[in-house]
Amino acid sequence: MITTHQVCEIKIVQQEATLALALAGDWVLDADTPSLEPLLKQMLKDSSINRLVFSTDALGRWDSLLMTDLIRIIDRGAHEGIEVDLSTLPEGIQGLLSLVYAVPERLDAKRHDTKRPWLELIGDGAISAVHEVSSLLTFLGETVLSVGALVRGKARFRMIDLWINIQDCGPSAVPIITLISFLIGLILAFVGAIQLALFGAQIYIADMVGLGMTREMGGFMAAIIMSGRTGAAFAAQLGTMQVNSEIDALKTMGFKPMEFLVLPRMLALILVMPMLCFYADLMGIIGGSLVTVGFFDVSVLEYFDRTADAIHLKDLIVGVTKCSVFGVLIALSGCMRGMQCGRSASAVGKAATSAVVTCIVFIVIADSTMTLICNRLGV
Amino acid sequence: MTPPCLAIKNMTMAYGDFIIQKNLDFTINRGDIFIIMGGSGCGKSTLLMHLIGLQRPAKGQVFYGAESLWEADIDVRRRILNRTGVLFQSGALLSSMTLAENIALPLSQHTKLGAMRIRQIVSYKLALVGLAGFEDYYPSEISGGMQKRAGLARAMALDPEILYFDEPSAGLDPISAKLLDDLIRSLRDNLGSTVVMVTHELASIFAIGTNSVFLDSETKTMIAQGSPKQLLSESIDPKVIRFLTRGEMEENGLHKTNSQEHSES
Repeated sequence: MITTHQVCEIKIVQQEATLALALAGDWVLDADTPSLEPLLKQMLKDSSINRLVFSTDALGRWDSLLMTDLIRIIDRGAHEGIEVDLSTLPEGIQGLLSLVYAVPERLDAKRHDTKRPWLELIGDGAISAVHEVSSLLTFLGETVLSVGALVRGKARFRMIDLWINIQDCGPSAVPIITLISFLIGLILAFVGAIQLALFGAQIYIADMVGLGMTREMGGFMAAIIMSGRTGAAFAAQLGTMQVNSEIDALKTMGFKPMEFLVLPRMLALILVMPMLCFYADLMGIIGGSLVTVGFFDVSVLEYFDRTADAIHLKDLIVGVTKCSVFGVLIALSGCMRGMQCGRSASAVGKAATSAVVTCIVFIVIADSTMTLICNRLGV
Repeated sequence: MTPPCLAIKNMTMAYGDFIIQKNLDFTINRGDIFIIMGGSGCGKSTLLMHLIGLQRPAKGQVFYGAESLWEADIDVRRRILNRTGVLFQSGALLSSMTLAENIALPLSQHTKLGAMRIRQIVSYKLALVGLAGFEDYYPSEISGGMQKRAGLARAMALDPEILYFDEPSAGLDPISAKLLDDLIRSLRDNLGSTVVMVTHELASIFAIGTNSVFLDSETKTMIAQGSPKQLLSESIDPKVIRFLTRGEMEENGLHKTNSQEHSES
């Protein structure tokens, strides 16, 4: 819709000490208005002016645009000790102006962005890092206490929550775990096969895929998927509960959030992760077999026979144990970020992001440490 | 005759097969402070959603002037809705932005104003609602009442012709609620805009309402219409009377005639 406006004009007439402003035209948001600078400059420079009057006979429609201009004129007037006579303005404008000046501006509310010295920034960073570690340890301590309560049979949470969480973390995650592990097995087989085929040793693809999946990749990939899928979900759920004061409500009803919210989630993940890991191993091996059998002239029977020879029970146990540890770490970081969440929408986003980042960092650190230990122990 | 500011014609609201309200038929005139009232769960807020273009009526029309909101194509609807401003129950300020950014958002999206101009308008709007100087605060750093007023400043950013309020005084102390009422009335008086308000705050209803519609959840339709004071003195519907007197007439065993005398005295 195109509406035509009367052109805005401001005529300034000076009669001795009085400045008369005649406003004309449609003074609305999408109109072009004349610059106020000459007028404001005149008010600043000409100290003989002590009064300002308006005439608005030719003023058409007006809205916030006129109001902001008037406010600038009035403020400058107040600053220069010029009396601004508002009585000839339309009633609506007078009413709005009285509202604007009804509550004086809170000067102490204004914020001044001061540039902070770099030393202060480093100090702040160090302090918040220490704070971060201490809050992590606090959370860990509270978790241990609530696990203690669980062992003594005193932890209070709803069994149904545990089942819902198991459903969410386990069966619902199977499709994505299937897809990713299958493809990882496939890729692993391809990468190794090209080298091994040079020596006619295609059959060893079975060893490589089998050991690679069970000891390392199966559990690791499952953990990465679950940190994105479940860790972030935990953080977002608990964070939103924090925003809605639901966690406060639980506290007032005498529940410990650590037991009521964190325990069922952690238990669910600890129960489910070994199974997912085992499943991921299997899918990877099937993926590997597809490549080996399809492209490198090895029969299905040979492949699985070779795999069965290559993998020992201890390999499986190492992989599944690692994955259980990852499960604890995912639940811990997800829940911790959720419980630490602030009370706004953006804080929930931050909580989910930092949950995934924390999960992955923890998983990689834990994985390297455990691999090193296994290597030293010779398992 | 100029068409009324807003007209609802034979509207039915429903979630799927579940009918919330039916046969709604009323008009809102320019300059009205129009109250949508009724008990909890009768569909007041749902009606508001239909008026501000968030939900499509199952049947019937919403006319802004002569234009039907839901039959218009998307651009026309956008333009109609740009002439309205909405204050949601909790303020609904975007929590990741400061108050100034919240108010500047519609201005920078829907007008061609420069940054300086927008800053001036933002300060003016904040001053109007008594929050001068709070430009750089985040919504989480100010009180609930202040959030509500900041929400009002955002709703008014584009100088709307129609202002919608969803439970403006909910969660405010009586004095703040009164101040908000006064603010709404003086904005209406000075800006010449129309106000549509969902509320069950009796004090507000009688203090500032000039016209109203009463929704009933049992019969699923509107059972009374008119200025709240007039409804109190003239309505013969027991549900309306019970609502407008907080059920006290009934408890005291007073009858219709008494309530009339009561309100006239």
